[in-house]
Amino acid sequence: MGHQEPDRVPFFLLLTMHGAKELGLGIREYFSRAENVAEGQLRMRDKYRHDCLYAFFYAALEIEAWGGDVVFYDDGPPNSAVPFLKDIDLIQELQPPLIEEAVCLHKVLDAIRIMKEKSGDEVPIIGVVMSPFSLPVMQMGFDKYIELIYERPDLFRRLMTVNSEFCANWANAQLEAGATAICYFDPVSSPTIIPRSTYLTTGFEVAKATLSRIKGPTATHMASGRCLGILDDLALTGTAAVGASVLEELAAVKAACRGKLTVLGNLNGIEMRTWTPEMAAGKVREAIAQAAPGGGFILADIHGEIPWPVSEEVLLAISDAVHTWGRYPIDTRELK
Amino acid sequence: MDKTPGQARKQLVDQLESALLSLNKIATRRLFEGAGLTPIEFAEEIFVPALERIGTGWEKGEVALSQVYMSGRICEDLLDEFITAGAEEPRDHPPMAIAVLMDYHMLGKRIVCSVLRASGFDLLDYGQVTVDDLVNKVRDDGIRILLVSTLMLSSALQVRHLRERLDAAGLDVKLVVGGVPFRFDDNLWREVGADATSPTAAGVVGIVKNLIGAMT
Repeated sequence: MGHQEPDRVPFFLLLTMHGAKELGLGIREYFSRAENVAEGQLRMRDKYRHDCLYAFFYAALEIEAWGGDVVFYDDGPPNSAVPFLKDIDLIQELQPPLIEEAVCLHKVLDAIRIMKEKSGDEVPIIGVVMSPFSLPVMQMGFDKYIELIYERPDLFRRLMTVNSEFCANWANAQLEAGATAICYFDPVSSPTIIPRSTYLTTGFEVAKATLSRIKGPTATHMASGRCLGILDDLALTGTAAVGASVLEELAAVKAACRGKLTVLGNLNGIEMRTWTPEMAAGKVREAIAQAAPGGGFILADIHGEIPWPVSEEVLLAISDAVHTWGRYPIDTRELK
Repeated sequence: MDKTPGQARKQLVDQLESALLSLNKIATRRLFEGAGLTPIEFAEEIFVPALERIGTGWEKGEVALSQVYMSGRICEDLLDEFITAGAEEPRDHPPMAIAVLMDYHMLGKRIVCSVLRASGFDLLDYGQVTVDDLVNKVRDDGIRILLVSTLMLSSALQVRHLRERLDAAGLDVKLVVGGVPFRFDDNLWREVGADATSPTAAGVVGIVKNLIGAMT
């Protein structure tokens, strides 16, 4: 994050459900206890020799805190069910859930505490929050939310005020529990989803206001959305890093971020399922060649959650490739 | 010098594209009402090309998904108003339906629905369904073209089971898939046994026209 070259390219395998495979548990059972997730993360860190512990359970956990329902699957991440905010006029009366009363969130804090106790300062522990600007996709449905942004600015502003309060409190609770940094998931801010002109009066303002209240470093993740068009704006929000997509040239993103933002990316998690170990190694070399020189780069996937079908063999191949080809100084000729 | 009909159409498409991208419902309505075309003619000759351009713009990263969605909705609302008022009959075509498989994210389905309806097609909206529900609905409604949207990879992989169940039931259905997983894995639509995919909603119009053409 210091925009200097360390000894090796850092890489974050943002694994969540794979911990269930490690422990031989179903996904729902795995996420039911903090101890499971902490143990899963520690085992995967040992196995894959990567550089973080990931305190992310699943995005819809925040919806549980708001009183919404979650659907569990045997082969994929838990997902938010029917949006709970069916009547937009209810936004006027909406209040943010209190972290101390949101029992479903406490297991995340406990998982962070366990990981911190067992790993100390060996690697960063990454907490996750949904941005106030992106959470409404689950709160009210994507289509209704887009309409709210354009057609009801009054209710949109009210919703952002409530969501921002929750987001900052939730991020700070994770930092107090021992998280090192917070991943601020904000795909709706991506130019893939809204034009920059709209972002500047919405997600940008929300990010500035929210990130300034978070008492630790943050990375802004677009969950596979583009970021090039708003990189200068993102740098002004106070975030320290940005997640890059495969939809844009990684080298171009890195060049635009140099000295301002650390780049996370850009392995395609969806496609990863079909990779051979040789293909995985090739993708790693390609990413390192494009973005590693000069530091300010962390190899990671583009979604912030590696899909369930991705095999252990591919994950090990990624790890081996980083350890083999990721030593600084990087000789890009060797990576071809 | 007077414009040729082709030049006049192109100008209308240019103006409509600009109006839609700035979400200008009033300007869109003025263009629609002042074009001197029937609603279905306007849908085919002006809406569809404009929405195709907007869809291509999104694929290239020049247009945002919110603009794609609102553009489709504006066009759909306008065409619905005229068709409901009896000013125009929708197209005649084999029964078509759209659904979201397994997950609860409806935006992609809404966009495709809007664009198809704005193009004069009629389709049933099954909402969020499981594979079993969908097979039953397709059979009961005699659906010949089924559009399936997914957000999650695990949902996209369920399309394989859907294909197998439809085939086992002897249902002659063309399957068009779309959504994030198909956008990030070029081969996924073939792998799950679909007949086609499109990265944009407007691209689905062309696919549907081709499928209908092959059926008649």
